[in-house]
Amino acid sequence: MSGRHGIQKSRWLPAYVTAYLAFLYLPILLLPIFSFNNAASTTFPLAGFTTKWYASLWGNTVMLEAARNSLIVGITVSILSTGLAICAARAVTRYKFRGQRAATGLLMAPLFLPEIIVAVSLLMIVLQLGIELSLATVILGQTVFCLPYALTVLISGFDGFDRSLEEASLDLGETAFGTFRRVTLPVVAPAIISSLLVSFTISLDEFILAFFLSGTEPTLPVYIWGQLRFAAKLPSVLALGSIMIALSIILVTSAEILRRRAEHRLKAGAAAHG
Amino acid sequence: MAEKPMIEIDAVSRYYGIYKALDDVTLDIGAGEFFSLLGPSGCGKTTLLRSIAGFDTPTSGDIRIDGRSAIDLPPNKRPTNMVFQNYAIFPHLNVEENVAYGLKRLKLDAAEERRRVGDALEQVRLAHLSKRKAHELSGGQRQRVALARALVMRPKVLLLDEPLSALDKKLREEMQVELRTLQKAVGITFVLVTHDQYEALAMSDRIAVMFGGRIAQVATPKEIYQHPLTRQVADFLGGMNFMQARITGESAINLSVETARFGNVTVTKPRGFAASNGQATIGIRPERLRVLWDDAKADCEVTGLVVDRHYFGEITHLIVDVPGLEKPLSVSETNNFGADDIPVGAPIRLAYDPDALVALAD
Repeated sequence: MSGRHGIQKSRWLPAYVTAYLAFLYLPILLLPIFSFNNAASTTFPLAGFTTKWYASLWGNTVMLEAARNSLIVGITVSILSTGLAICAARAVTRYKFRGQRAATGLLMAPLFLPEIIVAVSLLMIVLQLGIELSLATVILGQTVFCLPYALTVLISGFDGFDRSLEEASLDLGETAFGTFRRVTLPVVAPAIISSLLVSFTISLDEFILAFFLSGTEPTLPVYIWGQLRFAAKLPSVLALGSIMIALSIILVTSAEILRRRAEHRLKAGAAAHG
Repeated sequence: MAEKPMIEIDAVSRYYGIYKALDDVTLDIGAGEFFSLLGPSGCGKTTLLRSIAGFDTPTSGDIRIDGRSAIDLPPNKRPTNMVFQNYAIFPHLNVEENVAYGLKRLKLDAAEERRRVGDALEQVRLAHLSKRKAHELSGGQRQRVALARALVMRPKVLLLDEPLSALDKKLREEMQVELRTLQKAVGITFVLVTHDQYEALAMSDRIAVMFGGRIAQVATPKEIYQHPLTRQVADFLGGMNFMQARITGESAINLSVETARFGNVTVTKPRGFAASNGQATIGIRPERLRVLWDDAKADCEVTGLVVDRHYFGEITHLIVDVPGLEKPLSVSETNNFGADDIPVGAPIRLAYDPDALVALAD
């Protein structure tokens, strides 16, 4: 209890925490506030409540096109990066092999590479190979980018997986494939879904790679960047941004809930060790 | 053992590089037998069990189950089922679904499947928990699920990998009795891996004691306890006082030896015995030495001084220094007559039966 006592002593702590949280979330809070403001300029005092900026989005075909592009890219990227990460996570958690740590490090490295450098190198390669810029090249780039995130989620999900569950299944007469379908997959399913959601969210918000590799088909972040040149468009961009933030929060929260549920389940299975 | 062996292990070896996990093991296990593989960790008992189940492939040798070579069969094709050390209960399924898991492959009709699952749960007294999930079960209940899940497949052999090691002492002792009763009821072969000598002694028809990938002795619990072949076996099963003796005579089955304090005795010659320098190792269990009180007399006695005393509730261990013996004797005496009150330093007389002395191979 001495730690708690020490915390109580500091009168500055509540102020520090408030400042901390304000720094983190105040800018983002401004977005939804101004998106409901009945004025074209983003200045205080607020001019009154409106939903017209949201309504205007539905008539905006260019925006809807960009949203569709983002959806296609997001879904494809999440499936591809999760698929690749499943293989890698299984190898890393299940087997001991030479260069295991090095391999894991290399898989995680894109997390720490400057994104703009990755984007420029990918662009150079794509142009060298004479491939036309399209959603496909964005998908390629973002898959590389999302892989470490998917891998992080999946390694933590697979880590507690008890090898003897698969052996028990084989022992009870099931085939290797049946074992994967009836035991392995259901047990790790929450981790996989969580990885899909995380990858999708990252792809949805990703700008630099999409900007460099998207050609004539913009994704939502690229579209928003384009709109910022026109001051009059700003309120509807804010409305769009608010929707994207809400969506991201929902997706990431669901992913975290699923990840925790998977962890709990694996722990419950392993708790039999006594 | 029954007339025809259920499991024949024929010159099985398993090498990991230069490390021999199993070194030329040959063993027959009878149909309907409760057989234990006993030994310290790393002795190869689990490797042998996993080889029978099909999870480990021997480097050489053959394993026949019910007369058929199983060495090339994967685990899902063998007439064996296993209870895993951590029970491996499927966490996403409830008790009933866990038990029905293997039956799904057999494509039984729904009523038949339900009946077999119900019977299996009844057998392990879990019928009332059929809808529980794995994480809602206690250790003992998980073990029963694992048992039911394996038995419902009606295997010819049930393999148990240290199934009681995760349970606390009281539950473990209850489960020993229950497992033994269950085995007699279903009548199939049980092969149990354990490092607990009391567990093996209490449950088994026969025990194989293993050290360093080899089988040191195979016998009934009573035989293995009373007539261990080697010093290692004797020491692993309950402890023993060892002393050197001079061989004075040797026949095909007996040895006559002269010991420092136990006089001239004739003991059965253990299989594989080879005298070195005319010397033999002789042993006596601590509980075969009895404290003589007051004026009590015995045909065979040794005298010494109590140098240490350990209290264990119903018994007391006395360490008795006997002049002329290389090591003090360990004596285990019940506390009914006050052995726990014998002071350290007191002179003491011990009675023994010459039949309790055994000769040991090294």
